[in-house]
Amino acid sequence: MGQPLFASSGYLSWIGYLIVVIAAALIIGFMLVSAIFSVWLERKVAGRIQDRLGPTRVGGKFGWLQTLADGMKLLVKEDLIPAAADQMLFRVGPYIALAGSFMAFIALPFGNGVVAQEMNIGIFFMLAIMSTEVFGIILIGYGSGSKWSLFGGMREAAQMVSYEIPMALCILVPVIVTGSMNLGQVALQQQGIWNWLVFHDPFTFAAFWTYFTCALASCKRAPFDLAEAESELVAGFHTEYSGFRWLVIFMAEYGSMFAVSGIACIMFLGGWSLGLPWELTDLLGMWVGNALNVGVFIFKCWFLVFVMMWIRWTLPRLRIDQVMMMCLKYLIPIGCGLLLGVALWMLIVPPFLQWLTKFVIFGGSIFALLAMAKALASYTTSAPGTAMAGMWATAKSPGYQAAQAPKA
Amino acid sequence: MESMHSFLFWVIAGLTGLCAIATVVTDNIVRAATWLLFTLGGVSGIFFLLGADLVGAIQLLVYVGGTLVLVIFGVMLTAQSPFLNMKTSSAEWAISIAVGIMLLTFLCFAVFSIKGKFGPADAQHPVAQDVRRGDAADSDAATSTSTMQIGQAFLGVENGPPRGDGKRVHYLLPFEIVSIHLLVVLIGAAYLARAKKRRETML
Repeated sequence: MGQPLFASSGYLSWIGYLIVVIAAALIIGFMLVSAIFSVWLERKVAGRIQDRLGPTRVGGKFGWLQTLADGMKLLVKEDLIPAAADQMLFRVGPYIALAGSFMAFIALPFGNGVVAQEMNIGIFFMLAIMSTEVFGIILIGYGSGSKWSLFGGMREAAQMVSYEIPMALCILVPVIVTGSMNLGQVALQQQGIWNWLVFHDPFTFAAFWTYFTCALASCKRAPFDLAEAESELVAGFHTEYSGFRWLVIFMAEYGSMFAVSGIACIMFLGGWSLGLPWELTDLLGMWVGNALNVGVFIFKCWFLVFVMMWIRWTLPRLRIDQVMMMCLKYLIPIGCGLLLGVALWMLIVPPFLQWLTKFVIFGGSIFALLAMAKALASYTTSAPGTAMAGMWATAKSPGYQAAQAPKA
Repeated sequence: MESMHSFLFWVIAGLTGLCAIATVVTDNIVRAATWLLFTLGGVSGIFFLLGADLVGAIQLLVYVGGTLVLVIFGVMLTAQSPFLNMKTSSAEWAISIAVGIMLLTFLCFAVFSIKGKFGPADAQHPVAQDVRRGDAADSDAATSTSTMQIGQAFLGVENGPPRGDGKRVHYLLPFEIVSIHLLVVLIGAAYLARAKKRRETML
């Protein structure tokens, strides 16, 4: 285990305090940049999935400066507080949500030792601190003095309190396998892609998907976005917000999306491991190795964030009773079963069989991915330009001229 | 950097105390619960400052979760007439101040009777050592071993912390009693909260 690069646990010198401040600044800077990138990605992904282009103009190619323009618009927007609102709660709510999301990053390692504060109980700390985010949401909903906001906040409360349980149960599965709650230690045990905990045994494989479902719900992402169901509740808990506070709410949301993806990466997908059976810091030295590690980790997390967006623009929203039924009747029993199963697996199944299972699951997943890719590649769609004239057709497309020609 | 450590301690402790006072003074239920959240968060901050990560995280998880339920009930009770205020009578003030002063006296006696920080130094006591040194690295190691020992003692394994007479401490019986008590409370809560069957209204 490498020495922590940033503030280790020594409160010993002024340098130590300076490093603490630098680490905090780095984290909040990273959260901001990550949120800016995620908002842009969300709009592009939504555009592609809905067969449109998304932002294209600001900043030249791909509209990559669109979020900055949005941010500046929000900063200069009038900051409204409704007359019926509870002033204090209305003002303080977004910052509580942001604090809960931000503090989770303190324990999240981005590379071998690249962590603001290394903790023996890192994963437990992250789960505990992320549960405070819902507080901000409820206070926002209540303090707005609007019935739409109140509905949104209470839905979020019911959802969060329920989904925390299966989420924690699923996190316990890799904790049992690795025997550690230290996020850095867990990640270091997964060198080599076949050693990633998602492939370890059938129970961790199922736990990964269950965890990801719960993570979607805990970030109030579709199909679990009942707290802000825009077709029913205007905009749910943040209906009354505008300007900078609205920005803060969304920074908290994208921050916690990245945080739950980070937990999924470290607990199931090998952390910052590229998939090679060596730790890069041992091969390339501290700085180069960790630069690569951080890059790999951030890429993996953003990929999971992309999957969350993909799900959001693909699946319709559930009803509140379906959301609760899914948690209480299915996810909690599944979580309990996985916990029991993995404990028995570690105790009873002989090491050779465990070793074999790892490779069977790894090979099977690769095979399934390839088969899916092949099926998608050979899937024929209706030709653009013929089905919906003018949508994405160019003048050279076959059906374009015919569709544009004036009807006789 | 003991001075910085104690400076941070006083800042967090002062803020926690102010939030605690605000909890009592506020009339609005939901605001009071919010101040309570800040108070409990401040207490967990002190735990983190002393290097007791596990206790701090448990404080967050258990008490923030508890306050969350309080807020939800506050919201549900005041949803009909928003921002309902509760007036506190002067008799209630007198009783609560008396109880508070009694508790403070009791706690002061308890604190000043501990050896180490205020009395003669007890070199064997890990917490006293860490408080004096302000060294979080050592207290990390200390808490991680003692956490494991406590956990094993809860489960009745032989590795519990040794007592004065050399025997190992077991917490299995009290642990089980608390567990059964919690289970009974859960079943009772579920029974009370269960929707009453009203067949006549359905027909």
